[in-house]
Amino acid sequence: MNRKISVEINGQVVDGLVEPRLLLADFIRDNASLTGTHLGCEHGVCGACTVQLDGRPVRSCLLFAVQANGRRIATVEGMAPSATTLHPLQQAFHESHALQCGFCTPGILMTMEAFLREEPDPTPERIRSALAGNLCRCTGYQNIITAVRLAADRLQQTRA
Amino acid sequence: MTKATATPEAALQGIGSSPLRKEDWPLVRGEGTFVADFKRPGMVHAFVVRSPFAHARFTTIDREAALAAPGVIDVITAQDLPDRGRPIPTRMFKDEGSNRFLQRPLADGVVRYSGEPVAVVIADTRYSAEDAAELLRVDYEPLAVVLDPDDAVAEDAPLLQPHTGTNVAGHLVVEIGALDEAFAGADLVIEEEFWIQRHAAVPLETRGLLAEYDAKTESLTVWGAAKIPHVNRAILARLLGWNDERRIRLIELHVGGGFGARGEFYPEDYLIPFAAMRTGRPVAWVEDREENLRATNQSREQVHRVEMALKADGTFLALKDSFINNTGAYVRTHGMTVPGLSVSMLPGPYRWPAYRGEYRSVVTNKTPGGTYRSPGRFEINFVRERLVDMAAHRLGIDPVEIRRRNLIDRASFPHDTGTLFDGHPVIYDSGDYVLLLEKALAAFDYEGMKRWRKEPASDGLRRGLGMGFFVEKAGPAEREYARVELNENGDVIVYTGTASVGQGVETILAQVCASHLGLPYERITVVHGDTGVIPEGMGAFGSRAAMLGGAAVMRASEEIKRRLLEAAAEELEAAPADLVLTTMGVSVIGAPLRTVSLTRLLSAGGGVIKQEDRFVCELLGFPYGIHFAAVEVDPASGAVHIHRFAVAYDIGRCINPVLVKGQIAGGFAQGVGGALLEEFSFDASGQPLSASFMDYLLPTSEDVPDIEVLITEDAPSPLNPLGVKGAGEGGTAAVGAAIANAVSDALGREVTRLPLNPQRVVELATA
Repeated sequence: MNRKISVEINGQVVDGLVEPRLLLADFIRDNASLTGTHLGCEHGVCGACTVQLDGRPVRSCLLFAVQANGRRIATVEGMAPSATTLHPLQQAFHESHALQCGFCTPGILMTMEAFLREEPDPTPERIRSALAGNLCRCTGYQNIITAVRLAADRLQQTRA
Repeated sequence: MTKATATPEAALQGIGSSPLRKEDWPLVRGEGTFVADFKRPGMVHAFVVRSPFAHARFTTIDREAALAAPGVIDVITAQDLPDRGRPIPTRMFKDEGSNRFLQRPLADGVVRYSGEPVAVVIADTRYSAEDAAELLRVDYEPLAVVLDPDDAVAEDAPLLQPHTGTNVAGHLVVEIGALDEAFAGADLVIEEEFWIQRHAAVPLETRGLLAEYDAKTESLTVWGAAKIPHVNRAILARLLGWNDERRIRLIELHVGGGFGARGEFYPEDYLIPFAAMRTGRPVAWVEDREENLRATNQSREQVHRVEMALKADGTFLALKDSFINNTGAYVRTHGMTVPGLSVSMLPGPYRWPAYRGEYRSVVTNKTPGGTYRSPGRFEINFVRERLVDMAAHRLGIDPVEIRRRNLIDRASFPHDTGTLFDGHPVIYDSGDYVLLLEKALAAFDYEGMKRWRKEPASDGLRRGLGMGFFVEKAGPAEREYARVELNENGDVIVYTGTASVGQGVETILAQVCASHLGLPYERITVVHGDTGVIPEGMGAFGSRAAMLGGAAVMRASEEIKRRLLEAAAEELEAAPADLVLTTMGVSVIGAPLRTVSLTRLLSAGGGVIKQEDRFVCELLGFPYGIHFAAVEVDPASGAVHIHRFAVAYDIGRCINPVLVKGQIAGGFAQGVGGALLEEFSFDASGQPLSASFMDYLLPTSEDVPDIEVLITEDAPSPLNPLGVKGAGEGGTAAVGAAIANAVSDALGREVTRLPLNPQRVVELATA
């Protein structure tokens, strides 16, 4: 039996009549048409589908849409402040060549954005550890760690 | 800067600079369009039903219940296909014998690997298609399986295609020099057996397609193409029985990594367009990860039996290798590419008075195979570089020194190895191997590494050093297309027959154009991957995009500049050599008022000037490099910790240092997977045991250390006007070799099998 749900995604309320088995990832991609959230494994290992649920990173392939009813979701599409500017993390990824194919990038950005809120001044080792739940097949991770550190510097300057 | 002076090279962001990538903006914003993100009105969804058995016979597929399930539109089996499905041809390294082992789009009476497509369910959603698939009844009757390469050639082996009388799909012998004499005169002969495990490219985006048929124009459009759109268009036309392939349009969207596997023509590349024609609806299909790990090309599984003959002073006399390559259940599009590369490139960077290489490529009841980054070479670099270290140990010669004594010297280039790859002679185009060795030893402080090796390690850890010297290859597929267009606003569009698999081809081709047209990088747009817009192309594989695609862009750009300067020379009454092209027009250098505008110059051509080029190169380029590994091994837990890893790589000429380093770092990470973690295992009945990311271990950020990279440009390729050789695969090529040598050094035991997972390392340490 379908359920009526209402989820706030990037500040907008998205209503849906969904099967209880519908994955949150599919709800975000198909019902809300936000396809920046990618599915890389659908069993919770690769991290490509990471979004933030009430500010905490979660794997949207391991949640049902109904579990997000009444809650707040953030996806990669909500990061950039405008159509012509990037979030400091996105900008740092661009400048540090921290992506190649870009498929894993949205999930990594969502993981790292939350991480930097908890740990604004992490060492490269801490970043490496926080990144270990997101697979990237292209970069070898080195430039991602550089980019997160660069973004941390800039975010701290902004706050200061 | 005045408008009429030449823009300095640095401001153009041409060859040798590292401008920010053209590709990044939509990707970091989540605005990319990967195939699963692309939708068409009225689109329906396909689910491919796959064999649960590695080898079985079946006579009926009962689809009544599935057809009656909610949302189901169609169920397709082999009997619905023209000729019950035509075999998918090889596109590379064709071998007459291997044509007996081609795959048809759907199994017809026999399945030969777990994961083989037997039916396609089309439904309104993916969810209902998967529900209906469970209702399909197939009367499988399991058959005996053959899994290991050695078992496949045994007398009484079960045969995959009994009418052929064999499991050997391809066989080749290469023989150079007086082998018997060399072995007879040797002071030392080393005999060894080496195993390389089955692993694969596993791009993070799985495969996917969306196909739409227009009955009015009898034309097909397929989105989700990758790597080789024009080549695949021709294959699809042939399988459909269409004479005019221009009725098919293949379009590349964003592509989430390739590494050899993605973009080859698979059964689904026929089935999804066929389903779109049959149902009259746009049909989408996206592979899930479990399918990806059972159905997409796997690679690398080889067993080598090798003998090496040496003099007591370490001089190499001869090398003899007989190996079996496990190509899986069918011969797919690469034909004999992987074993062909192994057999032709095993000699590597050394002088060998005599060489004999032989492969047998066998079919087994495992997922079919194809290439994976540094195909055939990751394997043989492990074999050869391990042998060299074993020889060094036995003769008491330093591993660096024994290599130095046997490297091909710079005076010998071009160096004809005497082998052939897929009809191309393997002639190393240029090189200075000794120079790279000396530069690398200094840059990476090899003496310091040796000191570290001798220092006591904590907690019972053992330290080891290893290196791997390798020759890579770049740029097969003999031709590439480019068209450059400049309009009166000073904007440039570059059309290329190469493709993007995420590597940054738009960026580097724009840089090549910027340098040779003389207009800035930011004014250049690169268009690729649409057979409706680009008339021909060979795609992106084998590190060929820069070498062939780049050369074509360079020549077309130069020709446009020449034509414009020549046209302006008359009007300005100046010699072309005294003129400069800018985004405004053509001016006399130093006299900006003497300018003729682009509008005027291009008025005859409707405001645009176009130039096509087809660059042809029959020979392969051979970049070369060295990997160094310093490891700490825990003999109790079997953990291998990479303390340092360094890569020196001569690529002829470097278009974009940041992107080249990115390629090397990413290639290295994949090499770490192959050296330490990744392995497709199967149980005795051929069931895959690694069909999820919990069992098939891709390296994480904690498995891949930062690496040091030295890029050199000491040996530009004489085969193309840019001098480039391709840089995509050298990061992977010798990771298995260098880490295996380092672990051998640490444990004082000779590694002969990959991967060096904890279990194997513990076995080795306690043997």
